[in-house]
Amino acid sequence: MNRREILRRSAAAGLLATPAAGLLAGCATSGGDDDKGDSGAYKGTKSEQNPLGVKEDAPLEVVIFNGGFGEEYAKAHEAMYKEKYPKAEIKHSATQEINKTLQPRFVDGTPPDVVNNSGAGQIDFNGLVSQNAIADLGELLDAPSLDQPGKKVRDTLLPGAVEVGSYDGKFLVLNYTYTAYGIWHSTKLFADRGWQYAKTWDEHIALCKQIKAAGIAPWTYAGKHPRYMSWPLIATAIKFGGPSVATAIDNLEPNAWKSDAMKAAADAWYQIVKDKYILDGSPGLDHIQSQTAWCQGKAAFISCGSWLENEQAKVTPAGFNMTIAPTPSLGSGDKLPFEAIRGTAGEPFMVPAKGKNVAGGLEYFRVMLSKKGAQDFTKKVSSLTVVAGSTEGVELPFGLTSVVKALDASGSNGFNWVYNNYYRKLERELVDAACGEFFSGRSNPAAFLDACQKGADSIAQDSSIKKYKRAA
Amino acid sequence: MRHGKYPLIITFLVPPLLLYGIFVLSPYLQAFQISTTNWLGYSAHADPVGMANFRTLWHDGQVWNAIKNNAIMLAVVPVLTIALGLFFATMLNMGGRKGRAGVTGVRGTAVYRMVYFFPQVLSVVIIALLWKEVYHPNNGLLNGALRALGLPAPTWLGDPRTAFWCVLAVMVWSNVGFYVVLFGAAMSAIPRDIYEAVMLDGASRWTTLRRVTVPLLWDTVQVAWIYLAIAALDGFILVQQMTNGGPNFSSDVIGLRMYETAFGSESKFGYASAIGVVMLFLTLSVAVLALRTGRRDRIEYS
Repeated sequence: MNRREILRRSAAAGLLATPAAGLLAGCATSGGDDDKGDSGAYKGTKSEQNPLGVKEDAPLEVVIFNGGFGEEYAKAHEAMYKEKYPKAEIKHSATQEINKTLQPRFVDGTPPDVVNNSGAGQIDFNGLVSQNAIADLGELLDAPSLDQPGKKVRDTLLPGAVEVGSYDGKFLVLNYTYTAYGIWHSTKLFADRGWQYAKTWDEHIALCKQIKAAGIAPWTYAGKHPRYMSWPLIATAIKFGGPSVATAIDNLEPNAWKSDAMKAAADAWYQIVKDKYILDGSPGLDHIQSQTAWCQGKAAFISCGSWLENEQAKVTPAGFNMTIAPTPSLGSGDKLPFEAIRGTAGEPFMVPAKGKNVAGGLEYFRVMLSKKGAQDFTKKVSSLTVVAGSTEGVELPFGLTSVVKALDASGSNGFNWVYNNYYRKLERELVDAACGEFFSGRSNPAAFLDACQKGADSIAQDSSIKKYKRAA
Repeated sequence: MRHGKYPLIITFLVPPLLLYGIFVLSPYLQAFQISTTNWLGYSAHADPVGMANFRTLWHDGQVWNAIKNNAIMLAVVPVLTIALGLFFATMLNMGGRKGRAGVTGVRGTAVYRMVYFFPQVLSVVIIALLWKEVYHPNNGLLNGALRALGLPAPTWLGDPRTAFWCVLAVMVWSNVGFYVVLFGAAMSAIPRDIYEAVMLDGASRWTTLRRVTVPLLWDTVQVAWIYLAIAALDGFILVQQMTNGGPNFSSDVIGLRMYETAFGSESKFGYASAIGVVMLFLTLSVAVLALRTGRRDRIEYS
């Protein structure tokens, strides 16, 4: 056998080994029975001190997503749990690949007790919920707060925190942080130039014209993740047409994306595309690249959530002073005031239904939702939590202070949508692609809404995807 | 040494075969089984649905769009890579004509050879990140150069007309180096006297390449073609890192479709397995075709 023969044969062998991607989907389904018996679960006696019935010496396993927030905050929460249950053994781990790390354990029926299901490797919640893989957290809501006497956990949370984690009325996912979505600008840049953030759309366009004349691009966006721009667009529509615009989209109602409000919003936003108020090259930037261009003062506005300040901490110039602001109102006919902003709970935590120590998992959440636990989190990672008043006595950075103010001003006018939680693919792929075409100027408002509607219809017609409805 | 030959062979062969069977073959077989279920990936529960996944797949526009892109890659990547690989290998091994006698490469051969091999040393993810910055519409190397020349600066990865071709170019770039070395090694096995005779006859470099080198390298070229065809049907890592299939699915590939279906935006593992099975058969057919059509008589040097 000569060298060529070897090459030729190794090529043949390569046939079997190279398309290894084919393996990815070939994970074993054989492990674990699908039985409902939880004979191995730890249960303690319920009492006033122990409303969830935690077995005090039962081990607790916590898996944290090691992303922007790191894992130190979780270690602090675990220490607080341990303080209450000194006999409990806590197993802590942190990973960036939640789905790949935990999938075999879900299949096997031996998942950890607490999972911070977040990041790019997040497990699709629709899949988890439809497979009954997550424990009901309802009991937690009715348990007394750990350090706010006389209050139930439910009463300590900010509005909307429970709704966003609920599927068909069952509270399954604890979204721990509180995130505001809006339009960001640099207070310094605006002060230097004598610009004023515009409260109506016409003024906004006029301001854009002024900014462009000053040699700065008014807008930039994450061209590789153009869904970031769907947020202000949908927000504009909701402020114009009221929260029912969002409910219709979430419930996959026919032609929800083509409602009059959505049309008005798409037409309005098309103005910044038509008039070239977007930084050249933005369609080719990813979120970090576009945010960095914005921090460098190449663009005046960017759409993002309140994690922006953390994400850009390293490249933000001193004194940049980023500020969040609500989307401008379309006109006096808007159903919601200018101050209304999208606020929602994020950073999902869950207790797998088949975990050994479900009660311990719920108790761990109670620790997280205590005032002490929440304040510690806010202090450590500069992010708000769903616990009301968790910022008391904590010094916040400039951007986050503006977020707190914006949320306060928005108050009960705040709104939200959840279709992105119900149907990840709809936002991540379909609306995302439509936004890419729209904001790069390759399509127009009608085609944009058509594409979104087509995406929503394809989800609605797919019988293999479980559907959820929420009340208005 | 005949004594004890079989125990020895068995001792050395059984562990690798066992590992191969458990970690390579059995997942493949399982993928077939999973592809006939509606498994959602996070419980042990899965209902058999027969061929339903494959029927859905047949009508899935996104999958067809991805297959179309892979087909273009299949047509372009191997041809370009092999052509470039052969060209560079020839220049490095016998391109020099300035010297008095004998067959040598162009000046600086050793340096070139090393430089060409660089991409092979880098991990694919690094290559993708590197090129993502090169293609950066405002600060990128490419547009910087274009602007310096007074040319328009496109958005490259942000434009559906160019994104796919940008990724394809990186695919070729990252592969060429390996084939330069592969072809170079094969060329050095061709007896020098053949080339000396060719030179005496006054053949040009192009004729030498076409009439002498390529026919003598045919086996190696064929192997290269198979490897590249398989690579072209994949392309997952580059695409996922550089464009994630966008904009508007213009650079989607079937590997990414499968990944998104199972791990990304959905958790339909049954359906993703069906895509994987289709991918396996596509790859197999392409490879078998390549082996069959490229068959020629082998030349043995004595």
